[in-house]
Amino acid sequence: MDKEQSREIIMENYLHPQNRDLPHDGYDAVNTRNESCIDNINLYIKWNEDVLEDIVFDGEACAVSISSTSIMIKNLIGKKAGEALEYIKEFYRMTSGDDFNQELLGDACCYEEVSKQGNRKVCANLPLKGIEKAILEKLK
Amino acid sequence: MNREDFPLLKEEIIYFDNGATSLKPKCVIDKMVDYYTNYPANAHRGDYDLSYKVDREYESTRELVKDFINAQYLEEIVFTSGATESLNMITNGFFANLLEPGDEVLITTSEHASNVLPWFNLANKKGIKISYIPLDNNYYVTIDNLKRVIKPETKVISIAGITNVIGDIRPIKEICKLAHENNIFVVVDGAQMVPHMKVDVQDLDVDFLAFSAHKMCGPTGVGVLYGKKELLEHLEPIILGGGMNESFDNPSEVILSELPTRLEAGTRNIAGVIGFGEAIKYLNKIGMDNIHKQEISLRKYLIDKLLPLKYIDIINIESDSGIVTFNVSGVFSQDVAYYLNKYNICVRAGNHCAKILKSSVGVNNTVRVSLYFYNTFEEIDSLVELLSDYDKIIKEMI
Repeated sequence: MDKEQSREIIMENYLHPQNRDLPHDGYDAVNTRNESCIDNINLYIKWNEDVLEDIVFDGEACAVSISSTSIMIKNLIGKKAGEALEYIKEFYRMTSGDDFNQELLGDACCYEEVSKQGNRKVCANLPLKGIEKAILEKLK
Repeated sequence: MNREDFPLLKEEIIYFDNGATSLKPKCVIDKMVDYYTNYPANAHRGDYDLSYKVDREYESTRELVKDFINAQYLEEIVFTSGATESLNMITNGFFANLLEPGDEVLITTSEHASNVLPWFNLANKKGIKISYIPLDNNYYVTIDNLKRVIKPETKVISIAGITNVIGDIRPIKEICKLAHENNIFVVVDGAQMVPHMKVDVQDLDVDFLAFSAHKMCGPTGVGVLYGKKELLEHLEPIILGGGMNESFDNPSEVILSELPTRLEAGTRNIAGVIGFGEAIKYLNKIGMDNIHKQEISLRKYLIDKLLPLKYIDIINIESDSGIVTFNVSGVFSQDVAYYLNKYNICVRAGNHCAKILKSSVGVNNTVRVSLYFYNTFEEIDSLVELLSDYDKIIKEMI
């Protein structure tokens, strides 16, 4: 994905994020924030058996974190817990600069460059850390 | 001013994060390299020339600090790892033994974590009460507001001399006068004050003062705990070990050293303390009044340039220090910092460790420009030029 295309996807998801909403009844809540305490996102997850039926979020964060949350929500809704964990693992591979499955990540490939951008890697990974925590809790 | 003294400033970098830490002049770096190269012995340990030289250098920094803040006695100057450790020693070593359940400590919502969490900890352990001095519309502490909240159970006022987000200079002398008339102790977090203006602890009449070397051209890992001698005598060491005792045979026969050694257990950051001494000499040469004056001029210049930019919300238009805090409308603070970083400008984004300030200011995160004497008007021009193009910010913030 070229830089301009990546930028467009990130900005679109930052300015018009998917499912930014107040929490609903019957949703599990998980908070995720980064070490420098700036990005702070609450994720609310509705499960149908082991399927992520719906995810919404609220909170305050930078463009990279907000857009990453939005893209993650689009890409994970409808996935089973195990499939979601695979997706998350692949995302971490990408943001660490390792080889990754582009097909699986889809438009989330727009964050390929963050592996070279220090703190931005933490921002991109932030929502995935949150959802990963919630999934592992569910699978306990 | 004095830019040629700082190796980093020979590079194409604009450093506006002096509230976090200052740059180090070459003389300070050289002084520490000299210690490690030519006399790297321990202090207070050996009867040989190298160690004696270490003792002299280490103790000469204590003299420099004493004079720098005009303390009355050398024993009132204790070297710590930084302002955070100093504040923790004050709360845990002194006030933990003195305060009773129900006693009140007054702080403000604009304090740094290091002047909040030790008190919260004490509140949880000892049942003391933490209350807040209300801030005025500029987020300042006023004597009138302080008078309104002092109660018979108020035993301590613990506040920053200059806050790290708003940058307001607190009226410490008046606060001490009022506090002492009411038998209240005053603890001052001087981390943002001592590096930027002349501080005279006797004139202010503070009971305790904490500050860090690294924010005033010195090395990291060194700080100062100042306390009035009669109070420090009652500060119980919270770290015990070598170098701070006279003798110990069994638990009931332990004799500790005199002040200040009693409060400096183990091998200290010797290179850091020696480097700190050089930093104080360096600041003295420039003059603290000159430093403060330069920061005020730089700040005024920056504020005047930012004010016409309508999409920039300055949190602290009025302030007498080198701190300017703002937000760019519609852009998260971290994204502003990231954008400026592309042009080698270092600013801080976030809540700056003052997490309860949001309850007063109503804003969680901000961009902070914190100036020091080596910043220039031309550097401010570069910053303002980048902030003057809103479309460019949006385009380049990711």
